[in-house]
Amino acid sequence: MGQTLFAKIWDRHVVEDLGGGTGLVLIDRVLLHERTGGVALESLAAAGRAVASPAQVFATMDHVVDTLPGRTDRTIMPTGTAFITATRDAAKAAGITLFDLGDPRQGIVHVISPEQAIVLPGLTLVCPDSHTCSQGALGALAWGIGSSEAEHALATTTLRVTRPKTMRITIDGVLAAGVTAKDLALHLLARFGSAGARGHVLEYAGTAVRALDVEGRLTLCNMATECAAFSAIIAPDDTVFAYLEGRPYAPKGALWDRAVADWRTLTSDADAVFDTEHRVDAADVVPMVTWGTSPQQAVPLGGAVPAFADVSDRDTAEAHGRALDYMGLAAGEALAGAAIDAAFIGSCTNARLSDLRRAAAILDGRHVAPGVRAICVPGSGAVKAAAEAEGLDRIFLDAGFEWREPGCSMCFFAGGESFGAQQRVISSTNRNFESRQGPGTRSHLASPETVAASAIAGRIVAPAALDTAAAEPGA
Amino acid sequence: MTPFTTLVSIAMPLIRDNIDTDAIIPSREMKTVGKTGLADGLFAGWRYTEVGGRVPEPGFVLNDPGYARAAILLGGANFGCGSSREHAAWALAEYGFRVVIAPSFNPIFRGNCVRNGIVPIELDPHAFAGAPQPLAIDLPAQTVTDAAGNFATFAIDAESKAMLVGGLDAIDLTLRRRDAIAAFRAAHRAANPWVYFDA
Ligand code: SF4
Repeated sequence: MGQTLFAKIWDRHVVEDLGGGTGLVLIDRVLLHERTGGVALESLAAAGRAVASPAQVFATMDHVVDTLPGRTDRTIMPTGTAFITATRDAAKAAGITLFDLGDPRQGIVHVISPEQAIVLPGLTLVCPDSHTCSQGALGALAWGIGSSEAEHALATTTLRVTRPKTMRITIDGVLAAGVTAKDLALHLLARFGSAGARGHVLEYAGTAVRALDVEGRLTLCNMATECAAFSAIIAPDDTVFAYLEGRPYAPKGALWDRAVADWRTLTSDADAVFDTEHRVDAADVVPMVTWGTSPQQAVPLGGAVPAFADVSDRDTAEAHGRALDYMGLAAGEALAGAAIDAAFIGSCTNARLSDLRRAAAILDGRHVAPGVRAICVPGSGAVKAAAEAEGLDRIFLDAGFEWREPGCSMCFFAGGESFGAQQRVISSTNRNFESRQGPGTRSHLASPETVAASAIAGRIVAPAALDTAAAEPGA
Repeated sequence: MTPFTTLVSIAMPLIRDNIDTDAIIPSREMKTVGKTGLADGLFAGWRYTEVGGRVPEPGFVLNDPGYARAAILLGGANFGCGSSREHAAWALAEYGFRVVIAPSFNPIFRGNCVRNGIVPIELDPHAFAGAPQPLAIDLPAQTVTDAAGNFATFAIDAESKAMLVGGLDAIDLTLRRRDAIAAFRAAHRAANPWVYFDA
């Protein structure tokens, strides 16, 4: 019987079978950020333990740092500075690489890792952050852990891991024009649910996945944690190799050739058996938006808030009612047309260059609706520089968007900046949980182009609807 | 870590689906870099009348004196979803919870519980959600028994069970295999030299 891609990577990393389905797994990369990384490094040092292999460990500042221009170590989050300085001091003491404030490489951990080629196909990579699954887009086994596990990985270069199950979602066909990887991710969540891949490594396959560029694959894999997956992975191919070649931490010369030859073997064999298989027709995927407080509560952009009877297989009446209350919506209400207070383009889901380009194409020559607060936060210093080199910052600024410094920003509420209670936000991020973007804030997840179009319209709209409206004088 | 064998305690019902780690410990309540000082922020968004305030919300179960000493929490499906912050487990432990019973757990949160001496038990909590009544948890036997003597058995993987029962530190356990790890790593490096930056 053939092997799955996951099994191939697992097998080459299992130091020892610890019994009971648990393996001692070699960890090739540990990534840290100031929110959860500092505490792991400090606690490790306090226990008198050293980082076993500092050259394989990278840290960045993304979660707590401000994203306003002219930022310093001081933060709007009341006690944020302590996280920054603690992480900086601990990173220095441990001898690990830090992408600090002011470093052009600084940015959201899951954005900069592919950008710098810290993640490579076939690696095991962990980070105390649930969206580490994003990085499976490059063909690595990358997953989120807690701080204690981060300490374990730092101290031992291994983790004790219960072997996950495998699931393959094959998406064949072609995504229609205007349908993005984000829409696909929301479609899968709506279909399979917030527990749909619990405990599984989810391999995305099929022609629609192959057709995605690396940035689209990162968006797709990013949201695997929202369906409780252990992680997501996509078999590395020429698209990935072309993306990685020449990047700072990628192998060079003869080593590159050797690596690529190895990476070509990292595919699921034709006769590999998965614990669970799903098939999805790309033609069924349409632009999506969430209405509730769980990412599975997503509907087509032209759809309505579902009645409980329509989703009772997924939600309890309590959860459904709570979500409606919190969001200030009623069952049957159309999503398109709901007035918004703010629009946010950012996060490890959708703040890479291609995301910003697609949003800018919609914003070009237009202006956000009066009263709408619109913010764009590039995912990394490299994204920001590249966007500015092609003039995207001007388009965002001229359209009335704020143009920020890289970081997580208002993807989540750190205790500082927020959108405010009952404010309705259309957001390119990944979580619409209660108070995720600020106490009482109502978040609707969508693609960057839907966020851009909605910012212009002042209400939730599809980009296509914007064109129609513009063509009708006085509309 | 304190070893866990048996526990008798009343069980506090908070049976909502998809309770995420930000609901368990809001980001704004994570004020210091350390692992402590979190119990006051546990479920802060639901527990207090105002954001950042400390006036108890009377209707919230954590403020119900009948459950004041509960060491068992009953939760809904997909408990602990969202952010991987271990602060959620630290806050629960510091508050005094040693057991969470829920139909299902987020995998990262579940691992964080085990690392911090909290037993995650996958069972339907409704069976135990009556008026405050003591439940007996027996981890070695993998049973939950109510006051009437009804009991249910639960599943837990061997590794988690051994760590919880023994109160073991995973790093110490693994470091006993230091030599095996070094040898494996050397072979992995020889086969995959591009993986390593420390020449
Ligand atoms: S951008 Fe948002 S989801 Fe991504 S790592 Fe930062 S806080 Fe987490």
